[in-house]
Amino acid sequence: MRTISAVLAALLLALAGCGGSDDDTLTVSAAASLKKALTQYGGEFEDAKARFSFAGSDELAAQIRKGAKPDVFASANTKLPDELYKEGLVEKPVTFAGNRLVLAVLAEGSDVASLKDVERAGTTLAIGSESVPVGSYTRAVLAKLPESESSKILKNVRSEEPDVAGIVGKLTQGAVDAGFVYISDVRATDGKLKAIELPDTLQPTVAYGAAVVKGTEHEDAAKAFIDGLLDGDGKAALDAAGFEPPPAQ
Amino acid sequence: MRPFALVLGGSLAISLLFLTLPVAAIFLDTSPAELWQSLGEEGALDALRLSLVCSTTSLALVVLFGTPSAWLLATRRFRGRALVITLVELPLVLPPAVAGIGLLAALGPQGVFGGAIGDRLVLTTAGVVCALTFVSAPFYMRQAQAAFEALDQTWLDASRTLGATEARTFARIAIPAAGPGLLAGIALAWGRALGEFGATLMFAGSFRGITQTVPLAIYERFGTDFTSALALSAVLVGVSAALLLSVKLLSGVGWLGGAAR
Repeated sequence: MRTISAVLAALLLALAGCGGSDDDTLTVSAAASLKKALTQYGGEFEDAKARFSFAGSDELAAQIRKGAKPDVFASANTKLPDELYKEGLVEKPVTFAGNRLVLAVLAEGSDVASLKDVERAGTTLAIGSESVPVGSYTRAVLAKLPESESSKILKNVRSEEPDVAGIVGKLTQGAVDAGFVYISDVRATDGKLKAIELPDTLQPTVAYGAAVVKGTEHEDAAKAFIDGLLDGDGKAALDAAGFEPPPAQ
Repeated sequence: MRPFALVLGGSLAISLLFLTLPVAAIFLDTSPAELWQSLGEEGALDALRLSLVCSTTSLALVVLFGTPSAWLLATRRFRGRALVITLVELPLVLPPAVAGIGLLAALGPQGVFGGAIGDRLVLTTAGVVCALTFVSAPFYMRQAQAAFEALDQTWLDASRTLGATEARTFARIAIPAAGPGLLAGIALAWGRALGEFGATLMFAGSFRGITQTVPLAIYERFGTDFTSALALSAVLVGVSAALLLSVKLLSGVGWLGGAAR
C-alpha cells in the first residue's frame, strides 16, 4: 500500500509540474490577432520567459472566469478586460494598441474589389462569431450599412469562426472569397492576402486592452510585460506588425 | 486481502473516478430547467439535428465501405497487407487539426483534388460528413476486422464445403456471427463522429444549421454563456450514452465480451 501511495504521489507531482507555475515563466493569454507581434516581443522580453496562449479573446476571458490563472490577459477589445476588472479577476486594464477592421481577400485572382462586391449573390464570406471581438466589430460595421445591403452581405456568410486565425485560414485556403479581419492579420500573411479598406464612416474603434491577472506569482514581470507594450520592445513589435497606436478614449 | 487485489481495486477506483468526474460535473452544474431552456435556444436544436444527420450519414458510409474492406483484410494474406492496415488505422492517431489540414490540402478549393471537387465540400454539410467519416472510419474498420478474424474458422469452412459462395458466407454467416463486434465498432465510430470538433471546424467551418454541429455550438457558447454550453454538453452526453446503451442492448451479450469474441 505504501508503494502505491508513493507512486500516486509521484504521479500527481509530475502532473502538477506540468503547470510550471513555480518557475519564472510568464503566461500570457492573448487575442489570436496579437500572435505575430507578441511572439516577437516574447523573444525579446528579458524579465521572464514568456509563454503564450492565443485564442479568441472571449474564450480566454471565459477560462479566467472559470479559474484559469495566466499572468497577463491581452484582449482584442477593452470590454472584456473591463468586465474582468469589475469582477475583481484582473488589475486595472490599460489600452495598449489599436487596429483597423478591413475586408480581406486573396492577393491574387480575387474578383472582390470593394465592400459592394460582397453583396453579390454567390460571393462567400467568413466572419468572426458574435462572441469574439472581431465578430462583434464586424457586426457593428454591418449595422451601420442600410438594411438592404447588410442583409445581402450576411446571406453570403458561410462560416462564423471562433477567432481571426480561423477566418484567415479559410481565406488563404480559398474556402471563402472574403472575410472581415484586422489590417495586422492581412500584413501577417506576407502578401498572401490583401486588404480592402472600409470607408471611415463605417470603421469601428478597435482598441486592445491588457491587464495583470489577480493572484499572479509574477506580478513584477507581468507589469513589465504590459509596460513594454505601451512603450518599449512590445510597442515596437506591435508597430512592426501593423498595429496602430491606442485610440484616444 | 492480497496486495495485488488491492492494486487492482485501487487502480479501477482511480480510473473510474477520473473518467466519471467531468461527466458527473456537467450534470451537477446544470439544473434540468436550464437543460430544457438551452434546447429552446436559437441554434441548439439546429446543432443537434445536424449532428444526428451528419453522424448517421457518415456512419452509413463507414459501414457500407468498411465492412467488405474489413472482411478482405481479415480473410486475405497479401503483400503489403500490414502497410494497408497501418494506413487505414492512421487517422486514429492523427490529431483532429491534422485531419482538418489534410482534408483542406486534399479536397479544399486549392487542394490536390480541389479542381475536380471545387468548393462543393468545404464549408458545406457534405464537408461535415466528409470530416466525420475520415475520423470515425478507422474505429469501425479496426473493430470489424478483429471481429471477422475472431470468427470460428470451422463455421466458415462448413459453409464453403456445403457449396455457399464467399459472398453468401459473408452475408449469412460472417456478418451475423460477428454482429456484436460490428455493433461495438458502430458505437465507437458513431461516438467519435458525434464528438468531432477540430477537423469539422477547419474543413467545414461553423455556421448555424449548415455546418455547426453540437461540439461547435458548445464551443461558440463557451465564451459567452457557460451555462448554456454546459447544458448543451449535457444533452450530448445523454445522446452518446443512449447510443452506447442501445448498442449494448442490441448486441444482446456483454459489451466487451461480445466485442472480444
